[in-house]
Amino acid sequence: MITEALLLSAILFVIGTFGVLVRRNAIIIFLAIELQLNAVNVALVAFSNLHGIDGQIFVFFVMTVAAAEAAVGLAIIISIFRHYETVDVNNFNFLKW
Amino acid sequence: MVTILFYLFAAVAIGGAIGVVLAKSPVGSLLFMVTTLGAIAATFVLLEAHFLAAIQVIVYAGAIMVLFMFVIMLLNLGHDYEGDFRGGLYAIISFVVVGAIAGVIKNDLVGTQQLEATGAESIAAAVEESGVVGAIAHPLYTTYVVPFEITGILLLVAIVGAVALAKRNVT
Repeated sequence: MITEALLLSAILFVIGTFGVLVRRNAIIIFLAIELQLNAVNVALVAFSNLHGIDGQIFVFFVMTVAAAEAAVGLAIIISIFRHYETVDVNNFNFLKW
Repeated sequence: MVTILFYLFAAVAIGGAIGVVLAKSPVGSLLFMVTTLGAIAATFVLLEAHFLAAIQVIVYAGAIMVLFMFVIMLLNLGHDYEGDFRGGLYAIISFVVVGAIAGVIKNDLVGTQQLEATGAESIAAAVEESGVVGAIAHPLYTTYVVPFEITGILLLVAIVGAVALAKRNVT
């Protein structure tokens, strides 16, 4: 079952990466990043079955950082929306090379 | 039985993840994400991480997803139904990148022998000694106490940053 969990983690991570790359709505990009973090959590729990309880504690820290990241990221999205009236990332090319 | 349940929840999680990426409206995407998180919580239970499953449902599916829903409703994005996929060359390059990652993972994982759950006995012993929560809490407050305190500072900084960014006039 550990191998299957690692495969599930890999599939979820790849789907999340694809979401980050192809979507243009900033909120859905954020959701895809959360999906990637969750895929890593599945891998850590699977490895904790292999190496002891430490993996589950790392999952704890990942969840905390994800919560902080979501709060700050959504605040940035609100702030950008006030300025541009859109959340389409194609419009935010001011710093683009 | 456990293996069948695992495959069932894994299928739900993957289907939900595909829904997150492909759904047109942000609200639909969010609801697919909640489905995925619930299925991942179920796989945590099957992998003997009961406390993390509870935290996954309460913190992720409960708190973080509600935060996303608040922002979608606040910005009135719920009826934004035109597709927003990047097309053409960009999509092809994305497929290549994703395919490369999938190929590397497949090379590493498929064909290896079945892994044995060698750490499961130590976890079972810790749960036997101090309960499901205590098994995580004990190392969290002894071995990992410094990262744990730093996490507190991180959350404080995140709260202040979020309030400062979302405020209308920062003077």
